[in-house]
Amino acid sequence: MEKWADNKAWFLVLPVFVVVAFSAIIPLMTVVNYSVQDIFGPGNAVFVGTEWFEQMLTDHRLHDALWRQFLFSGLVLLIEIPLGILIALAMPKKGWGVSASLVTLAIPLLIPWNVIGTIWIIFTRPDIGLFGVGINSLDLLEVPFDHTARPSYAWVTLMAMEVWHWTPLVALLCYAGLRAIPEAYYQAAKIDGASAWAVFRYIQLPKMRGVLTIAVLLRWMDSFLIYAEPFALTGGGPGNSTTFLSIYLVKLATGQFDLGPAAAFSLIYFLIVLLFSFIFYQALLNVGKGEKAS
Amino acid sequence: MGLVLRNVDKVVDGETHLKGINLAFETGSRNVFLGRTLAGKTSLLRILAGLDRPTRGQILVDDVDVTGVSVRKRGVAMVYQQFINYPSLTVYKNIASPLLRSGMKKADIDRRVRETAEILHLEDLLERLPAELSGGQQQRTAIARALVKDAKLLLLDEPLVNLDYKLREELREELQDIFRQREAIVVYTTTEPAEALMLGGDIVVLDEGCVLQAGPTPEVYRHPATLRVAEVFSDPPINYLSGRIHDNAVYLGSGSDEPVQGITRSLPDGPYRFGVRSHHLFLRPTGERDIEIQAKVTLSEINGSETFLHVTYDDAPLVVQENGVHKFKIGSAIKIYVNPDRFFVYDEAGMLVDSPDR
Repeated sequence: MEKWADNKAWFLVLPVFVVVAFSAIIPLMTVVNYSVQDIFGPGNAVFVGTEWFEQMLTDHRLHDALWRQFLFSGLVLLIEIPLGILIALAMPKKGWGVSASLVTLAIPLLIPWNVIGTIWIIFTRPDIGLFGVGINSLDLLEVPFDHTARPSYAWVTLMAMEVWHWTPLVALLCYAGLRAIPEAYYQAAKIDGASAWAVFRYIQLPKMRGVLTIAVLLRWMDSFLIYAEPFALTGGGPGNSTTFLSIYLVKLATGQFDLGPAAAFSLIYFLIVLLFSFIFYQALLNVGKGEKAS
Repeated sequence: MGLVLRNVDKVVDGETHLKGINLAFETGSRNVFLGRTLAGKTSLLRILAGLDRPTRGQILVDDVDVTGVSVRKRGVAMVYQQFINYPSLTVYKNIASPLLRSGMKKADIDRRVRETAEILHLEDLLERLPAELSGGQQQRTAIARALVKDAKLLLLDEPLVNLDYKLREELREELQDIFRQREAIVVYTTTEPAEALMLGGDIVVLDEGCVLQAGPTPEVYRHPATLRVAEVFSDPPINYLSGRIHDNAVYLGSGSDEPVQGITRSLPDGPYRFGVRSHHLFLRPTGERDIEIQAKVTLSEINGSETFLHVTYDDAPLVVQENGVHKFKIGSAIKIYVNPDRFFVYDEAGMLVDSPDR
């Protein structure tokens, strides 16, 4: 290979290195630094090796939070992805209805997170909330509805918040994917005599693979990192029933000021998100590709 | 089977897409719809397929009115400009897809799929997904999907337009063979006169939603009934010179008093337009009968191994198609030679009154 006349081109890459260093590498290294030390005070720290990691990996409260987290994110994906696809399929394809439905869908995405918390707390309050008063007046529940009273009620409220807030994003992505399918595909299917289900299964769904991959990854990461909603609603309660990983982490780091364990926890948390994002990405990339002639 | 369109109109949102279409197609015929973009080719194909209903008029198959019959029962197959295949199915399953609802036995389907794949040279690609194929192979798969079910009506909507030059040539030749063996009405749309000529058969020249002329392709090429047909059916569009005929002598250009020597046309006196295709204009005399035209170069474009020389003569733009790559100075004077026997003569309304013998 020929040798370059000079290496000035490297200077062009330098700004990116600087930005990435400050935005990712340096903060991450700080956390790594904390995670291997026991800090008693400024200038008074002891190197402890992997002790914090071992402690966190065997912490049963972390295990509980982790399973809770998996359950929550799994439910979020199971509800939001199919619901988003259904909404996108039902949306009008031309006329004034398009802009109307797009704007309506965008509303939840535009509201600040703490306002969302407040809206839903008021909405579900058993004394003045529309939902809380409404459901209790029907007298269906053994224990009157109160999102702070029972874990299941808190979960239902939280899921409703999450679904209301983020399904529109999935729907918008799917809608964009559907709109990108050329009309000729539908004509071809019509000529083949394909049913509506076949059109969905063999044209729309495969053509939405790209946007669905993005939707799944975004909703997975975002719901796995959920903090604002449970914090605003019950602060992790009742009991520990909505103490997800972030809530627990914040309690550990800023409540008990256990910086070492919290740093170790953060790194584990980060790796879990990364690992599952990778798994989802690979799975979605290859799903449906194994269909060979029978 | 015969397919007849009777007084078909198509109006969408107050806009006329097709107007007064009367056409008849015989089984085993190869038909080309030639027209520029938005001429109504695709609209007409969609109506033939049964994907759209005409606003007015009737479609008859063997004298039976099928105007309102749904596309599923029409027995049509269609190939599109885009490469339309089911993205998550293998080539094999894609080709088999039109047969799945026909109630055919599995072994028969398998045999048909493999036969069709062989015709289109896809036999080694049956296990691939469409995304793993080249553009040409994807379109081959789409064509195989259309051929596999022996439809009575085979429609192809500019199927080669998205392929590169080489693949287009190759597939065009193969398609001619494939069409020849079909017991079906084949309809093929294109914007390219050369493609229409190559496919032969019958041609329907469309413009602004109307049929300008229909007939056997060579016939229409040799005698384009109007100036507009000649424009659509020549690439580059036909050149024309204004002139007049007086006492059977031809005067070219607006201000000329000298008749063109050596040509006479026994036509009534009056103004005429003389059309001549670009490949009949030359930069050197080619015979004794050639006349000389003094023109000015405005543009020279090189296309492959040909040069298209744009010139003006008497304010009329002309295009000369010359073999080989040549360079010309823009603005320079140039002599152009043409054999007047090559002239198509149109009257002022643009109707053909005289055309070259061959």
